[in-house]
Amino acid sequence: MYRGLAIIFTFLFIGEGVERLFNLPIPGNVIGLILLTFALLLGIVRLEDVEKEAELFVKNMSIMFIPPGVGIILYWELIKDQAIPIFGALLFSFLFTLLLTAKLVEFLGRRENE
Amino acid sequence: MNSLGIFLTLTVFYVFSKIYEKKKAFYLNPVLLSIVTIALILKGFKIEYSLYMESARILSFLLGPAVVSLAIPLYKQRMIIKKYAKEISIGVALGGLTAILSAFYIAKALGGDEAVLLSIAPKSVTTAIAIGVSEKIGGIPALTAVLVILTGILGNAIGVEILDMARIRDRVARGLAMGISSHGLGTARIILNDELSGAVSGLGMALNGIFTSLVLPYLIRFLK
Repeated sequence: MYRGLAIIFTFLFIGEGVERLFNLPIPGNVIGLILLTFALLLGIVRLEDVEKEAELFVKNMSIMFIPPGVGIILYWELIKDQAIPIFGALLFSFLFTLLLTAKLVEFLGRRENE
Repeated sequence: MNSLGIFLTLTVFYVFSKIYEKKKAFYLNPVLLSIVTIALILKGFKIEYSLYMESARILSFLLGPAVVSLAIPLYKQRMIIKKYAKEISIGVALGGLTAILSAFYIAKALGGDEAVLLSIAPKSVTTAIAIGVSEKIGGIPALTAVLVILTGILGNAIGVEILDMARIRDRVARGLAMGISSHGLGTARIILNDELSGAVSGLGMALNGIFTSLVLPYLIRFLK
């Protein structure tokens, strides 16, 4: 338990450190994610040492979005004023991304099979 | 510190996840319903958001270790990445760019404010990462969180049907498209149809999260 948590928080802390040190516009937690992935690939960290704890965090991620999401009450007026650009972009960008990605990947896969 | 925020978030989320367990309908998404319910409670009782956040912040703090933990599913699926390296790398790069650029320019064309454009640009990425990216590029993280969840609900509700209508049969293409366009909620839906599509979708989600957070902060300087 504590070994896994210590590893996860070590990589989070290193990620945040790298972010600050190099003044990067990339979130520190993503840097931590990239570094932990490489540490696993290189055998520096063993999967079984972090697996359970990491899966606990990943499985329970949804509840963590709620507090930042509730912050939406501070922007009620903005959303009312901007409803058309917000919801228009949401719907059409979703459809466009879904179909374009699917068609593209299907095309890539098909050529390989020929 | 008061425990109002933790108390409200845990109890409201518990109730909605129980309802969702009974009836797994997309419109019963427990996260979105919890956000709306808590927002209404705060409004109704005239409670300041900062008072709610005093203890609720503990929950959102856990997004940090949760994002780092995404390394584990990514690592476990490395064989699938190897097998479909070309499809996945090109799909994530072009799909990820399409998601950012289409959201940004459609919102702009419809008269969106800069704050809205910056908040909607990372909308296809998994919520945990999108919140951090939004903060970094000067968007409104709260607005991004809600837009990301709505995008996920859209994918969960109609993504598979649209892929069927467009006659996309390739399982890798279906999975990647779902994961890249509608992150975890899209993945949760396609995994019910096909296991390979589901695994690829989860990978698409994680890799698009990494790709977007590496690219968007630099790209946004040219878009603004």
